[in-house]
Amino acid sequence: MNYFDVSAVQADFPILGRQIRGNNRLVYLDSGATSQKPNSVLDAERDFYTQHNAAAHRGAHQLAEEATELFESARERVAAFIGSKVDEVVFTKSATESINLVAYSFGNAEQGSRFHIEAGDRIVVSEMEHHANLIPWQELARRTGAELVWLSVSDDGRLDLTNAESIINSKTKVVALTHQSNVLGTINPVNEISKFARRVGAFFVLDACQSVPHYAVNVKELDVDFIAFSGHKMLGPTGVGVLWGRQELLDEMPPFLTGGSMIETVTMQSATYLPAPKRFEAGVPNMAQAVGLGAAIDYLNRIGLEKIHQHEVQLTKACLERLSQIPQLKIVGPSDMELRGGVVSFTLDGVHPHDLGQALDQYGIAVRTGHHCAWPLMKRFKVVATTRASFYLYNDLADVDALVSGVERARDYFLGR
Amino acid sequence: MELDSLYQEVILEHYKRPQNKGLLPNQTVQVHHVNTSCGDEITLNLKLTNGVISEISWDGVGCSISQASTSVVSELLKGKSSDAALSVIETFQAMLQSKGSDRGDESILEDGVAFAGVAKFPARVKCALLGWMATKDAISQSLALTGNNAKKEQK
Ligand SMILES: Cc1ncc(COP(=O)(O)O)c(C=O)c1O
Repeated sequence: MNYFDVSAVQADFPILGRQIRGNNRLVYLDSGATSQKPNSVLDAERDFYTQHNAAAHRGAHQLAEEATELFESARERVAAFIGSKVDEVVFTKSATESINLVAYSFGNAEQGSRFHIEAGDRIVVSEMEHHANLIPWQELARRTGAELVWLSVSDDGRLDLTNAESIINSKTKVVALTHQSNVLGTINPVNEISKFARRVGAFFVLDACQSVPHYAVNVKELDVDFIAFSGHKMLGPTGVGVLWGRQELLDEMPPFLTGGSMIETVTMQSATYLPAPKRFEAGVPNMAQAVGLGAAIDYLNRIGLEKIHQHEVQLTKACLERLSQIPQLKIVGPSDMELRGGVVSFTLDGVHPHDLGQALDQYGIAVRTGHHCAWPLMKRFKVVATTRASFYLYNDLADVDALVSGVERARDYFLGR
Repeated sequence: MELDSLYQEVILEHYKRPQNKGLLPNQTVQVHHVNTSCGDEITLNLKLTNGVISEISWDGVGCSISQASTSVVSELLKGKSSDAALSVIETFQAMLQSKGSDRGDESILEDGVAFAGVAKFPARVKCALLGWMATKDAISQSLALTGNNAKKEQK
């Protein structure tokens, strides 16, 4: 079933016309790592540079005004996209920076501040975190002496919540969790888990890298304090990310990066800081990238996130069904579509993911192989690495067919000899 | 087809029947190396007797390229002096970093020349080097260790 005109969408992405390793059609199944970009996004960036380039929020000339206007209108689009207030949207360079921003800001908070963290406090993460939502908390724990504790993952790739109440105890200051695993595809029951955090007054940081690009995420419906995501995974350019935070928190938090554009007054000895979002946007921002992200959001809205999600569910379901019929293949992650996104990880007995990925590449199929920046999760499933296919709006059932027959062909190549 | 230029028969042979796999005791040093981009790991034991590599044994998990290449290096360098071994490693490394222009000298590298094709796949060069870099590290550590011991004995 077609939820929208997929071939018209494909035509908007020039890179999909490329040939790979000879004259193979590009079958791009690595949008979980980064998505491809439609013409409208490329045009928006180019238009910014060719027509409006100047430093936003500085200078009074016409170009500076236009650049400011475009940059701020990108912020408005992001805010509308996630259902937030405009001033709650902080532009960063990536989700990684967004999460570090929160971790460093908390780390900078002095004793007496509600963000202050010290020995005896607890930071809770999960075993399925991307390194981007693990290492910043490891480091914060190391610097402050706080204890890092985690929710584990069960064999079916779901969070094990049986002892969540004792893990998220009264000492807990932060719960940092991914909305959707970039390896397993699992969508976590955020509001169920945030209840535990609320009960003990902990801040809840949600890594929304793999959710915001693929289905509607509304911060009014999520009971969390911060969400982080990257523009490049949602048709936007690299170099722009978003941190959303509740306004009353952002306005009170100490800054992370300091410098120009984030100050209110400055003397030789001290400075006072602007309220959010400016407080967290030191330096000339990534303007063209933010403008590109605005164009990406327009594109996603034109198709509709609900349709995009249904389309991806359809592809993922077909992919899971077809791959499970390969006897040597094991899916790592939930095998049904209940609370699951368009990411499929698997292993193939006797063929290392790196070798499988190499063969698939030779047929024009781009998948991700390796530990997916989730090393502890690999250890949890006792695998060195997996092969991962991830879907987006420009993929179709022909891509699923190509993947399945590519895997079979690669298997025969390595195991048949 | 290009896949065959990467996956030479020799490589798949070593992958299926790896040499010196399974750690032997009484090593001079043990090293553990990891390919940080894919998580492949190997542990390698090396025994240096009077400046000659008398034993290399290893264990680990990884792709066919890294496993086969570790098998090849363990076979090739056993019985060589540490200096000769380091020079072979340098020749292998140069071939892999040549982007495909250096096809390798079979009289020096033996089965190692099968990895010449890997040089054209930048993402896999690290796989092919994993076992070799571990061996290089083990040789340097062994030399430092036995050098220190020799100095101690002189005192
Ligand atoms: C779940 C998850 N979190 C965080 C990140 C980090 O995103 P970025 O590298 O764009 O900062 C990624 C991207 O791979 C991801 O998949």
